[in-house]
This record gives sequence, C-alpha cells and structure tokens, in this order.
Amino acid sequence: MRRQRAPLFLLIPGLVALIFLLVPLIALIAQTPWESFPKIISSPEALEALRLSFITSLAATGLAAVFGIPMAWLLAREVLPFTGLLRALVIVPLLLPPVVSGVALLEALGRRGLVGGFLYDNFDITFPFTTAGVVIATTFVAMPFLIITMEGGFRSLHQRYEDAAATLGASHKRIFFRVTMPMVAPAAIAGLVLCWARALGEFGATITFAGNFPGVTQTMPLAVYTALESDRSVAIALSLVLLVVSVGVLIALRGRYLQTRAS
Amino acid sequence: MNKGFRVLLAVALVVGLGALFPGASGAATKPNTELTVSAASSLTDVFPVIADAFTKRYPGTEIKFNFAGSSTIMNQVIAGAPVDVVATASEPTMQIGVDSKQVLRPLIFARNSMTIAVPAGNPANIKSLADLERGGLLLGVCDPVVPCGATAVEIFAKNKLDVTPVTRELDVRSLLGKVISGDLDAGIVYITDVKAAGSKVEFIEIPVKENVMTTYPIAMVSATENTELSNRFVNFVRFSTTSQAILRAFGFAKPW
Repeated sequence: MRRQRAPLFLLIPGLVALIFLLVPLIALIAQTPWESFPKIISSPEALEALRLSFITSLAATGLAAVFGIPMAWLLAREVLPFTGLLRALVIVPLLLPPVVSGVALLEALGRRGLVGGFLYDNFDITFPFTTAGVVIATTFVAMPFLIITMEGGFRSLHQRYEDAAATLGASHKRIFFRVTMPMVAPAAIAGLVLCWARALGEFGATITFAGNFPGVTQTMPLAVYTALESDRSVAIALSLVLLVVSVGVLIALRGRYLQTRAS
Repeated sequence: MNKGFRVLLAVALVVGLGALFPGASGAATKPNTELTVSAASSLTDVFPVIADAFTKRYPGTEIKFNFAGSSTIMNQVIAGAPVDVVATASEPTMQIGVDSKQVLRPLIFARNSMTIAVPAGNPANIKSLADLERGGLLLGVCDPVVPCGATAVEIFAKNKLDVTPVTRELDVRSLLGKVISGDLDAGIVYITDVKAAGSKVEFIEIPVKENVMTTYPIAMVSATENTELSNRFVNFVRFSTTSQAILRAFGFAKPW
C-alpha cells in the first residue's frame, strides 16, 4: 500500500494531538522510581489494592455481562417501547462525571437512600463502605460500555440467521446461545474488555459511594490518589502498573484498534 | 464545512488556546493588587470572610482561593503553582515547604481541635470517645496522610482506643458529608467543620484532656511576585483583631 502524503493543515494539528497524548505517559515512565519500584508494588498495601481491583473489576464485568448483554439485545431488536429514549438513558452513566454517579448511588442505595433506606430498615443491608459497594459503583459506570458495544454487534447481525435457525425448529434459548452469541463474539470480547478496563480505572464513583479503606474499598486508583498525598514516588509506581494494564488491554484488542486499515 | 460549524470551531480554538496560555492574558500582566491563596479544606468557610474584611481594609485588592487537602496544596506550591500565600492545617506539612525553601517564615494564626460528628438525631447514640470502639459501628476518619486523619490517630492512641473505621476519606469535608447523609454513624472531624454545617449535624465534644490540638500556619510563597501584598495578607490574618474575631466566630481557637 502506497503511503498517502498528508497535507500540512492536517499533519501539524494531528502531530500536536499525538505529542499531547504521549508526553504525559512518557513523563510517567521517566519519573518512575525504578530502584524502589519492586519494593513499592510488592508492599502489602499495593498488593491488597491490586487484588481488590482485580476482584471488583471482574465482578463488575460479570454483572455487566449477565444483565447488560440482554439489555443490549432488547435495544438492538427494539422490542421495548421508546427504544431511542431508553438507549439514551442507559448510556447516561457513560457521560456523567463519575463523582456525580457516586452521589446518585448514595441517594439511591445509601443507608438513607431511596432503595437503600428500605434495604437497611428491613434487611440490615448496607452497601457504602463495603466491597459490594465498590462492585456496584464500578458496574454502574462500566456497564454502559458493554451495552453500547454489544448493541452495535447485535444490530449489525442480519436477522436471517436467527430466522433460519427458527425455521429449523431451534428454541429461543438455543438460537441466542448457539447462533447469535457466537456471531457477535468479537463485539462481545471488545465490549467486555472495555467494560473491564473502565471498571479497573474507576475512581470518582467508588470513593464517593464506597469510601476509601485499604483491603475493603481502596482499589488501585484510590491507592494512587491516597499515595499522592504522602509519597509521590509510590503514586507514580502504582500508576505505572495501571498504565501497563491499559497497554495490555490495547494489545488484547489489537485486532480492533491496531489495524492500519479496516479490513 | 458549513458556516455554523466554522464559527463553533473558531470559538472553541480561541477559548481553548486562551485557557492554555493564561500567561498571555492573566499571570504575566497580573496586577499587584491580586493575590492567590492556597488553603486547607478546613478553611473553606472562614477564609472568604477574612478576605472580604481584608479587601475592605485595602480597597482595590482582590483575593482568589484554591482550597484542597493540606498535602495537595503544599505539593502544588513545591511543583511551582502560581500561588502567593499558603495556609495549611498542620505544621509538619508547612515544614515541608520551609525545608524545600518554597515558603518563608510561617506564622501560626489559629488552632483547632477535633470532635465526634454524628448524623442529626444521633441514631447510634454515641456519648463519648469510648463508644467508638463498639462493634458494627460505622465510624469514618480521614486518612492519616491528611492532617485531620493524623490527628484522629493521635487521639485514638492518646486514649488507648481500639477502633475499626470503615473509611479513610481524603478530606474532612467529604467525611462530614457522609456523616450528614447518615451513611456513617460517626466521624472524627474538626470542631469548626460541625459549626459550619449548623443543624444538619450534631456533635459530641471530646474533653480537652482527651483531645489533640492542631495548629494552622500561614506563609508567603518564596516565588511570589507580590511580596508586599502577600506579607500584608499574612500579617492581617495573624495579627488583626478583625481576622482573629472572625476566626473565633467560626470556632477556631486562639493561636497563642
């Protein structure tokens, strides 16, 4: 493929964007305290935060899959009234500042919240300041990523395959799991990875709704922010771990985002 | 490209570049009647009132504030943030600035102490510090990396309390917010914070001999281009009877 010559009016601003996006990442790597790095990331606090981040982000991704994929299907097939409105509402958490999501969750599921008050009074269940609260906050913020990705997948799938399976006598369940899902697998994988990455990076909703306590609610991003108050080099080392994970996600998705040309 | 889009693009460019280079319009030509003051979160309510009194005393001057946790504001100053005066909620935090020669001659201008904040109605029926040891109690503190958390740790140690907080908030205002909302049964906050919150929250006093006093230093930032006005503000906060009366009204104790 012959490389096209870029006109200057696109080349210059484009390169500015590239530099703008790369320099902070380079600075983070350049400032990493390599000598103390192994000690910092193997400290009990860091390992606790890392463990908690993995558990809660995977749990959030699981919840998002169980409930979000069916929601994406409902939106794609337009089986519910006001699908357009519903789609807009479902992706609101995607656009909302996460701290606002945290406040909204407190109003809904806090001990005196709309639903949380009922749960606390009748069943003695509280979510803030628990690991379950972290999962709720991250699911709320991350699930829309899976829903919109999957909805696109379901939409681009021609319904004739499902129809054909139906004429051959397959049940709805069988069609969904044996025909529909395998065909949207690329969208599902991309959606799940994006959702998981978003859950892993969640900060605002988590600290607002679930609080900050090592081993219970202090995930990696919260540990980074806490460390920033006392020891910048610890914060940088922990940040680098998250950066490596992000790059790992990108590599995992290379089929989607690293292609030079759409196939 | 349609015309509407072009106009939008032009506006976005101008606004964006303007925000990127405040030096072109703001900082470089910043009049020497304007001060930027970075102050600890617990000073959020009282400092604007002191600033009003200051600008009334020295007409034509203007004061802008940046409120955050003490460590955050000190980090910003050390990193070269364009700040003229800095006020923290702890001496060790200020000492970091002194040691790195970023601030000059801090003065203690007020003191504060801690109290137990509880939601209106005190649902967990807290009566003293000892009640905080109760199992199942949802107790919140600040993280030990910020002054209010370090002081809470000192209080627990002084009274030999074995407590299990459920959260370590990174600033005292978010901790108080979670007490007010009823999501926490109790939180260790500054007396001045509960006074500022009024009737939304109740508090249980910690007796003087069980309590720990904190001090508030204020200092001029070495790199300020506005030495005279910065000095004047520091001295006004510390020495003027007006400023000290305002601090008393907000619940701060005398610095001496």
